[in-house]
Amino acid sequence: MRIGVFVCHCGSNIEGTVDTAVVARTSLDFPEVVYATDTMYACSEPGQDGIIQAIKEKHLTGVVVASCTPRMHEPTFRRAVERAGLNRFMFEMANIREHVSWIGKDREANTNKSVDLVRIAVEKLRRDAPLSPSKFSINKRVMIIGGGVAGIQAALDCADGGLEVVLVERESTIGGKMAKLDKTFPTVDCSSCILGPKMVDVAQHDKITLHAYSEVDSIGGYVGNFQVKVKKRATYVDWTLCTGCGACMEKCPSKKNPDKFNEKIGPTTSINIPFPQAIPKKAVIDPTTCRQFVKGKCGVCAKVCPTGAIRYDMADEIVTEDVGAIVAATGYDLFDIRKIPEYGAGRYPDVITSLAYERLLSASGPTGGHVKRPSDGKEPKNVVFIQCVGSRDKSLDRPYCSGFCCMYTAKQAILTKDHIPDSQSYVFYMDIRSPGKMYDEFTRRAMEEYGARYIRGRVAMVYPKGDKMIVRGADTLAGTQVEVEADLVVLAAGAEAAVGAPQLAEKLRISYDRYGFFMESHPKLKPVETNTAGVYLAGSCQGPKDIPQSVGQGSAAAAKVLALFSKDQLESDPQISRVDIKRCVGCGKCIMTCPFQAIKEVEFRGQKKAEVIETVCQGCGICTSTCPQGAIQLSHFTDNQILAEVNALCQS
Amino acid sequence: MSEAIAYYPGCSGLGTSKEYDASTRAVCAKVGLSLVDVPDWSCCGSTPAHTTDHTLSAALSARNLQLVADMGMKLAVTPCPSCLTNLRTANHRMEKAAFAEKANRLLDEPYSGGVNAQSVLQALVETVGLDALKAAVRTPLAGLKVACYYGCIMNRPPELMAFDDCENPMAMDNVLAAMGAEIVPFPLKVECCGASYGIPRGDIVARLAGKLLEAATLAGADMVAVACPLCQMNLDLRQGQVNRALGASYRIPVPYFTQLMGVALNIADADIGFDKLNVDPRPVLSKALTGAQ
Repeated sequence: MRIGVFVCHCGSNIEGTVDTAVVARTSLDFPEVVYATDTMYACSEPGQDGIIQAIKEKHLTGVVVASCTPRMHEPTFRRAVERAGLNRFMFEMANIREHVSWIGKDREANTNKSVDLVRIAVEKLRRDAPLSPSKFSINKRVMIIGGGVAGIQAALDCADGGLEVVLVERESTIGGKMAKLDKTFPTVDCSSCILGPKMVDVAQHDKITLHAYSEVDSIGGYVGNFQVKVKKRATYVDWTLCTGCGACMEKCPSKKNPDKFNEKIGPTTSINIPFPQAIPKKAVIDPTTCRQFVKGKCGVCAKVCPTGAIRYDMADEIVTEDVGAIVAATGYDLFDIRKIPEYGAGRYPDVITSLAYERLLSASGPTGGHVKRPSDGKEPKNVVFIQCVGSRDKSLDRPYCSGFCCMYTAKQAILTKDHIPDSQSYVFYMDIRSPGKMYDEFTRRAMEEYGARYIRGRVAMVYPKGDKMIVRGADTLAGTQVEVEADLVVLAAGAEAAVGAPQLAEKLRISYDRYGFFMESHPKLKPVETNTAGVYLAGSCQGPKDIPQSVGQGSAAAAKVLALFSKDQLESDPQISRVDIKRCVGCGKCIMTCPFQAIKEVEFRGQKKAEVIETVCQGCGICTSTCPQGAIQLSHFTDNQILAEVNALCQS
Repeated sequence: MSEAIAYYPGCSGLGTSKEYDASTRAVCAKVGLSLVDVPDWSCCGSTPAHTTDHTLSAALSARNLQLVADMGMKLAVTPCPSCLTNLRTANHRMEKAAFAEKANRLLDEPYSGGVNAQSVLQALVETVGLDALKAAVRTPLAGLKVACYYGCIMNRPPELMAFDDCENPMAMDNVLAAMGAEIVPFPLKVECCGASYGIPRGDIVARLAGKLLEAATLAGADMVAVACPLCQMNLDLRQGQVNRALGASYRIPVPYFTQLMGVALNIADADIGFDKLNVDPRPVLSKALTGAQ
């Protein structure tokens, strides 16, 4: 073998604390290394050309690049060696940036460690074998999980691009959080007027199949060939017959249940269509409050339904959908404001969340768009908004900024003045965060044109006095304590990962952060990809986002899916496990431990043997450490290669 | 059930809050909590000690904690939240070896550690339990509307006091509800009454105590039940000063919660000691109790 070693400066990132020339020179002493050099930027065009030229001139048969993490540039260099005529797996990377130069300042020690890492890479490369991917067909259907605005956008873009789309929504209607909003910032246009048509498009698009009131039960398969089991929860109404006429809601005798769609500030019936523009506009029975279920007798809805759609004996149903890609767009939930007892939410009815206030402002809300406070139905005159409730607060383990609260609070202050001209709004804030087109201008308008009084400081306590709420806080600009007598207190509850997000992430086999938000593949350059091929993200499931950002990500995820599906076949990664049939004793341990069901049992000359399903294996290597015979080996990471690496390190 | 617990009355228990001490002893005896006085106990140093010198302050409390250890006991209860804060703070600080060594140098007998301090309220709720308290009631306080005022240090700082909700404590509410009283929602349960500012800055106490009395009145309370000698003094003894400063005319009784328990448990009037209070609770009490019958 003829090995070439290229040691990258990465500008001063590596060269600053590693003597790359010494690393290159020393590597010439390693077995089969015939060429070594340091290079300014190995990943740049001249850098890659240098590698290609050296392969050709020095007749290299394998290449080691000592530079950064393989997560970013391993594909880059593999393509480069392939262009020079080598197999792309005759290449190894030594990470001397993240693992060396960035974490230590001692130049001599760093140089020595870099030499060791190159030595390891060389020993592994000497045992590399050329590998070739095989091709497999893909199923050009896409599943979107979550029918909020991000998911709707992704579904419509994919469907308009000609793909078949399966949209799965947990609630009985799509629309997500945006459907609950009255107006949107910074244009103050009606939320349901701009979202409604998109929702109708989803319903009418012949390429979109909608599973509402459904959840993802399990996910099998791999990019191009996922099998998703979707649990369609029992609605107790036959949706093929339900026309959404609402007769059942009118007659339902159980009328005093908290209305989830209206953020529990209004009552609703046990059989319910959440709002007039719901898609699908179909009724659902809540068995926890329905008299037929709780008391065993009622049946009013079944009597009044003109199409006979009521089915009290309905059960959950599992349907399987085969898709080639999945977009997670599961959105967010609100911080539980009762976790801050000093603000009194839960104890005092006139302390509400900002989303509940949206429902009070909305013409389709429980008060018909007339702002009435929950306790006594009076119109509030003094409204206090408290920002960062469950955001930017380490003590609550919510150190992150929810991003959109400054903007919607300004919007709500403006709308309050529109609804109640003689009202006064107060906003307690930490900092006003309004980056975005026309955003800062908007918050200024709330102050200057609509007279909202912004007080920079935190609120210490909210308590009732007579029929007022006293809001006591600090004015840190004036350096004083302030007390405001409020009729209504609106808490800008922070955004949290949606309920069940970590469980879904585990089904999707994608990572999530400690707060439950899904991890993108790269925070800057791969914002809608995940580390699982064929799974993409859109909207607030990745982190709090406002509507324009969510829509942008919905389209971005759709573009990724369309690009993926522009090919008829995908190449499988050849770095997978292979069974040495002579050694395999058919014990089946590998089959039990494989997390991807990628190993099956086969009969070979009357004996049981394990066999790896090439397209399903993800190359995790768990089977190789399980096999008592060492009969199953992960290509490109064989036991012999790993032992050679260890030996190289220990004998150096 | 009889449980022996070391009892640390605190200095105010011998003076300004004699009735708190007496009613505490009588109530505990009635519900089977046998209190054993810490022999030769000394002052916890109160506010002057810990504002002057942390080591001295901790040494004062550590001495008392060691006396409890010498009794072979692991738990001391005290009615006074200020004493409790000092005892618990001393325990916390003495966990650091370097600090403990400095404080122990001031003591004849070094503190060996391992003695926990609790409020009487906590012992009643956790050791006796609400069911047992309820079972002991002889004269339910039916019809009596009570606002429960815990004061600012009974539950705070929460990491140190480790009892009840620090923003919306419920222990006293639950105890007096078990006695049959009607608990009114009182939003200022943990507000400051002005504490020892009563001496140098009476105006501050007038404003803060006035706010509490106003909130209790608005909440519809017949009385404000308290658990702290200093709160009691500021709200009751200084009620006239508050009225003069604010041009108000409050006349709300401010008994200790143990005194109200005493009524419910049929404890002798002498042990309840309503005659020690400035605003006499008895007229309001008898009116409420007869009204309920």
